Amino acid sequence: MGHLLEVRNLEVKFALRFGDLTAIDNISFTLDKKEKLGLVGESGAGKSVTGFSIINLISKPGYISGGSILFEDRDLSKLSTGEMRKLRGHRISMIFQDPMMTLNPVLTIGTQMTETVLAHMKVSKSDAMDIALEKLKKVYIPSPEKRLFQYPHECSGGMRQRIVIAIALLTNPSLIVADEPTTALDVTIQAGIMDLLQELCTTEDMGLILITHDLAVVSQVTDKIAVMYAGRIIETGPTEEIVNNPRHPYTKGLINSLPGGLQAGSRLAQIPGMMPTLTDIPDGCAFNPRCTINGPICLEKLPELRVLDGKNHSAACHMLENDQRDK
Amino acid sequence: MDKSNHLLTIENLVKHFDISGGLLDQLSIEKGRVKRHRTIVKAVNDVSLFIKPGETLSVVGESGCGKSTLARTILGLYPPESGQVFYRGDRIDHLSSQQMLPYRTKMQMIFQDPYASLNPRMNVERILEEPVIFHNKSIRSDEVTEKVAEVMDLVGVDPKWSDRYPHEFSGGQRQRISIARALMVDPEFIVADEPVSALDVSIQAQILNLLMDAQEKRGLTYLLITHDLSVVEHVSTRVAVMYLGCLCELATVKELYNSPRHPYTKALLSAIPRLGVRQPKHIRLKGEVPTPINLPPGCVFHNRCTYADDRCIVEVPKLLELPSGTFVACHRVEEGRLD
Amino acid sequence: MKRWQRFKSSYFLYSFRRDPVAVSSFTVFFLLVAVAFLAPVIAPFNPYDTTIIDIMDAEIAPSWMEGGEDRFWLGTDIQGRDLFSTMLYGLRTSVIIGLGAVIFQAILGISVGLTSGYLGGRIDAFFMRIADIQFSIPYLIVAIITSAIFQLAFGVGRFEQMAMPLLIVIIGMSEWPKYARTVRASVLGEKNKEYVEAARVIGLNRRIIMFRHILPNTLTPVLVISTIQVAQAVMSEAALSFLGLGMPITKPSLGSLINAGFEYVFSGSWWITFFPGILLVVFTLVIILFGDWLRDVLNPKLYKG
Repeated sequence: MGHLLEVRNLEVKFALRFGDLTAIDNISFTLDKKEKLGLVGESGAGKSVTGFSIINLISKPGYISGGSILFEDRDLSKLSTGEMRKLRGHRISMIFQDPMMTLNPVLTIGTQMTETVLAHMKVSKSDAMDIALEKLKKVYIPSPEKRLFQYPHECSGGMRQRIVIAIALLTNPSLIVADEPTTALDVTIQAGIMDLLQELCTTEDMGLILITHDLAVVSQVTDKIAVMYAGRIIETGPTEEIVNNPRHPYTKGLINSLPGGLQAGSRLAQIPGMMPTLTDIPDGCAFNPRCTINGPICLEKLPELRVLDGKNHSAACHMLENDQRDK
Repeated sequence: MDKSNHLLTIENLVKHFDISGGLLDQLSIEKGRVKRHRTIVKAVNDVSLFIKPGETLSVVGESGCGKSTLARTILGLYPPESGQVFYRGDRIDHLSSQQMLPYRTKMQMIFQDPYASLNPRMNVERILEEPVIFHNKSIRSDEVTEKVAEVMDLVGVDPKWSDRYPHEFSGGQRQRISIARALMVDPEFIVADEPVSALDVSIQAQILNLLMDAQEKRGLTYLLITHDLSVVEHVSTRVAVMYLGCLCELATVKELYNSPRHPYTKALLSAIPRLGVRQPKHIRLKGEVPTPINLPPGCVFHNRCTYADDRCIVEVPKLLELPSGTFVACHRVEEGRLD
Repeated sequence: MKRWQRFKSSYFLYSFRRDPVAVSSFTVFFLLVAVAFLAPVIAPFNPYDTTIIDIMDAEIAPSWMEGGEDRFWLGTDIQGRDLFSTMLYGLRTSVIIGLGAVIFQAILGISVGLTSGYLGGRIDAFFMRIADIQFSIPYLIVAIITSAIFQLAFGVGRFEQMAMPLLIVIIGMSEWPKYARTVRASVLGEKNKEYVEAARVIGLNRRIIMFRHILPNTLTPVLVISTIQVAQAVMSEAALSFLGLGMPITKPSLGSLINAGFEYVFSGSWWITFFPGILLVVFTLVIILFGDWLRDVLNPKLYKG
């Protein structure tokens, strides 16, 4: 058996009135059990689309136009809708930014949890309730017995997100995709949720894909990071490597633009301009109009991800190669 | 306190919202009797602070702590229940909208959501010239055009685009236009309510730099409302920490980040995600934030505080000035049981 | 000129062009309105001119039928007026009453909705209760009572002169709460947006905020209901006229024509009712079809712009 998840040359397109739009262009990554991957990027980078395509939940007009997603050695992009439904919420779970996307406001938490269990496992109703209770305890919900009979609106935002995580855990999945799970929450609650996710990966033997725009959060939780820009992975490697030794000018810019560490009141390093929209991605390297070190080749040729050193650190930048050769 | 030395002084400000709805919604039957129930959100409770000219005072706290309400009450968007607001020594909280007009050109606001803060049916030129023309009816139209171009230049939006509509701009550019609108009347005090939290990381840096530049060039004073503690650390002079409508701690940024005094501030600071710092030891708060409808008696933080004792449950702590210049509202600190 | 450029490249025009139903219904609507207002130029006869009406020409069949005459393409009505000309004039009357009533409703409803939504509190409660009361009184009863009082007070002759403005007011009065509610609902949504707060921070007064900032942002749903309302007003007018409470037969609208011919359907003169009826159906149908498309394209859930 190979990796838990292996995404190979994934390509996602959106069929729009003026033709197809490439949202995800040729991205590949792998994830093992207990491993935590952070997909980082700004809005429009394609990180959420990547997450959705793994669980095959891309809504029309989007579709997977190429590549493969191998999960436990099965290609998800070739599964039928029925097979995928069995897998989703069973072996793969997803956590959204807004807990109310998962929770049904008119059903009690207990009902929703047992329904999920009964849909995927052959157990009795009371056993399902026990499983629900056990998972609520696992995410540190105070007085879980009481919570089972409450409605989502009776819980606070942080509590709801914990319940969503408990629901995601119900069927003992081997992969959790978390899309901005703490963006809507306060820092003190965020810290708790992140601790929890990290802990669960170890105790439950799961893989985690954490999709977020927050580099600081990712750097605390994950083992490796993939930085996305305009639908492509532009740099990937072990978290420590990316944070302490970023190579791609975009990653560098992103890290430098974070306040903190700098002299207070000094100007932050800023990346000029903004991410191109999918309709007008520039020729060559998509980052070239904002880049400070670009050369003529950047306007013409799309850079490929290339391994920079022995630490699985790779980046997609022409100038870096030159840099390396000069050394 | 000498109010005229401070740009803005707030004394014992209280703002409540009645959310009980119509009369019929308020009535309920209890033990055979009709009772009238009012549901009141106590958003800001007895907050006092002052802002010195030229500084950046940041108000931080988690969602629902009343920081945005505080900002809007200061600007007179909400009338306060009690308490006073002074601008350079003049009381402004009870003025009519007509009497308030001269202060409107001095105090401006920048909003969180760049998509909702610009009128979608007005082009940039109209958005920007409206405040100038309103406050100076005799201004010549070429002067207005000049002013619009000057301010657009300052915030980094090409004046050529002045006939475009907000939806033709990106979030970061809209926030620049929003800042430009605030600068059009040459204010000296700007309230910025979460100005960067709706923006992408790389755009955040651009906007923060812009705000700092504008402050330097025009001698602005900021009241920055935000939940992002790393932004606060970077740009502010002093920081006020709020919890459930109450002021917990007010200190210079160095003091606050190096030696936080209030237990809530400590917990808050320990939860900031730091780049590349693995598994930071953050303080876990027990329980949940109570609703501002039913405030806990005594110290509002007592049911989550690990140091709380009987006094905290009964008595509301007063804001106390420490020798270091830090203001803190905590019995433990007052009694010297907590360093 | 710039606005035209902007319009030409807009999503609005693009989806209009792509929708054959929208294009054809709008074309038919436009043609009908044009023909109605050009009636004095196009129509071969002037039905209002009593000197050229000859009672001997009454109930002549359409020209292609037996007993038809070439002068009268669609035949004549019971008073000997050319049906085609009368229909054109009748359509004009219907359109004027329809549009007039909708403008009346819109002005009244929008001002009430805007004030009540923005100011809220007691004013809001007061206006909304009035709207509820207005809604619960059927416009037919209002029409019957009003026209009866009017005819009693001023006599039938004066009523005939005043019929058109009176109908506009009656139909307008009965439907303004629809506008008031629609506008109030969107004002409630808009007034808490940050751009309104920004306007208040600038110090703008209520009137400017209401009319310059909030009003333009509430007009999209108004536009959508307006199309349906025009169709409805035309139908209401036809119904009132059919009941004899509307336009007098000397100045017929489509409704009064249908009414006038109705008695003669069974005596064989079906065309007097049939052609005005068809015209009325086609006219309201194209408005509703166009309104449907408009609602789809302006629906903020489907398209944001």
